[in-house]
Amino acid sequence: MMPCLEIKSLTLRIEDKILIRDLNLAVNSNERWGLLGRNGAGKTSLLHTIIGIKKYNSGSIQIDGKEVSSLARSYAAARVGILFQEGIDILPGTVFETVMLGRHPHVQSILKDDPRDIEIARGALRDLNLDGLEERQIDTLSGGERQRVALAMLITQMPQLYLLDEPSNHLDVANQVQLLGHLQRRISQLSASLLMATHDINLAARFCDNIVLLMKNGEYLSGPNQDILTEKNLSRAYDCPVRSISAEGFTLHYPY
Amino acid sequence: MILSKHLLLLGFLVIITGASVLLSLLSGSVELSFLQLVGELFRPQDRLEYQVLWEIRIPRTLAAFTTGGLLALSGVIMQVLLRNPLADPYILGISGGSAVGALSAILLGLNSFWLNNAAFAGALFSIFLVFGIANKFGRWSVTRLLLTGVVVSAGWGAVINILLTTSSTNNVQSMLFWLMGDLSQSTVGLKHGLLLLVAVLGGLYVARSLNVLARGELVATSLGVNIDALRLLLYFAASIFTATAVTIAGSVGFVGLVIPHALRMLGARDHRILLPYSILLGGSFLVIADSLARTLIAPQQLPVGVVTAIIGVPSFIIILRSTITK
Repeated sequence: MMPCLEIKSLTLRIEDKILIRDLNLAVNSNERWGLLGRNGAGKTSLLHTIIGIKKYNSGSIQIDGKEVSSLARSYAAARVGILFQEGIDILPGTVFETVMLGRHPHVQSILKDDPRDIEIARGALRDLNLDGLEERQIDTLSGGERQRVALAMLITQMPQLYLLDEPSNHLDVANQVQLLGHLQRRISQLSASLLMATHDINLAARFCDNIVLLMKNGEYLSGPNQDILTEKNLSRAYDCPVRSISAEGFTLHYPY
Repeated sequence: MILSKHLLLLGFLVIITGASVLLSLLSGSVELSFLQLVGELFRPQDRLEYQVLWEIRIPRTLAAFTTGGLLALSGVIMQVLLRNPLADPYILGISGGSAVGALSAILLGLNSFWLNNAAFAGALFSIFLVFGIANKFGRWSVTRLLLTGVVVSAGWGAVINILLTTSSTNNVQSMLFWLMGDLSQSTVGLKHGLLLLVAVLGGLYVARSLNVLARGELVATSLGVNIDALRLLLYFAASIFTATAVTIAGSVGFVGLVIPHALRMLGARDHRILLPYSILLGGSFLVIADSLARTLIAPQQLPVGVVTAIIGVPSFIIILRSTITK
């Protein structure tokens, strides 16, 4: 089967500096990938490049076998969704209006809202425990609620590939585990796939079965979770000693 | 669903529009009763009332409505394009360019035909100047566009001051009226009606994309909006609406800033609703303001731009207060 996302010999640069050199990565359906690396290592740049916001001029990025740079925006948006680090509250809007925007790549009518789209948006609000907040203005919400609204919008978009940029921002531990657990179930129901950039090694260890670990000098390691998340690799990637302990079926990584 | 939710607001706007038109047709130095008005409308006779109604009041009412509608529409678009709640139709220097054209025409003693053309030409020049500078090095960002517009505006402001300080007292009076916005010389034609129609239909066509763009360019791109094309369309559409409005009536202030916000506060945030409604509210607001401008200190007339500020400021504050306490 064709991978959802296939990256071949991609090199990412910012100005003259090489962030990631010669990246090869295939994300198949039902796979969840974590993207780890230091600040400025290129995690966000990579996600933005995959979604077509940032241009690339070496290598290839294919979504369902089609090159991203030649995809129509509306087609790409129906296949790939992203949770940005930045907020979504520039001009006023309610929670429901915002979540409904996730249907934008799919809507048919110029003026009318399809009842099915409304139902999908309401379902996402229920899933993220936002029911009752539908008519609230976004700018009156707490940081955690806004992050949940953004996640609800992404779920409403129903892409095949979910890109998350720091999904745990503003979320307390209970919400992190609950929301990512929900997303995990959702992804396996839809046979979708996930690529998640995060600073939280333990969150990636818990929710991702595969890891891309960005190292210095544009190098990277990729592969199954347990193979990549070792004390040696992490210490090298973060330039800081990292230790791991196992307890109650989890492996925890912490700076030493 | 989206329409039914806002039907109440629509009903209110239709009533306001009707009332404003009625007020405008009935106010002025020649007394005209409601019955006379109806009579003149349906059985026109060649009398003084006929001339007052058909040659003065109706054209002026149409001009006021068109100007107000275009300004409010342009304000909505500019606020989304720049994603800045303080944006108004004049923020990118269009009115400044137009004013320099118009004031130069006044200085040269040209008639109103040439004055209008000079105003429109000045606006067009400014539109392309700002776009050219902002766009010079490839991709233009919103910040770049905004900064360029503000700087060019300031430049026009200086030229306007030079024209004002070096002109004769007589000319300065007409110049000030133009600058504050004045409808006493205004006329509109079929082309203006067509422009409004195209604006509404085109606006509805891109309304969903505007809803997404209001959440930021990254979000809009990720949801499938072609940002580059949309920004270009919005910039030139809003610019043409503004240029047309200032050519009709000079730079009437306040309408383009306040009407979009008032409607958003009243719940019309969805651009499928906001765009058409802003034409109704902007249009009727200016019609009411102009009726007052003609009658408040009759027989003298006030520039309509003064009246828009006098009614606009308190009503905006009232809406702001009543929505904040919710």
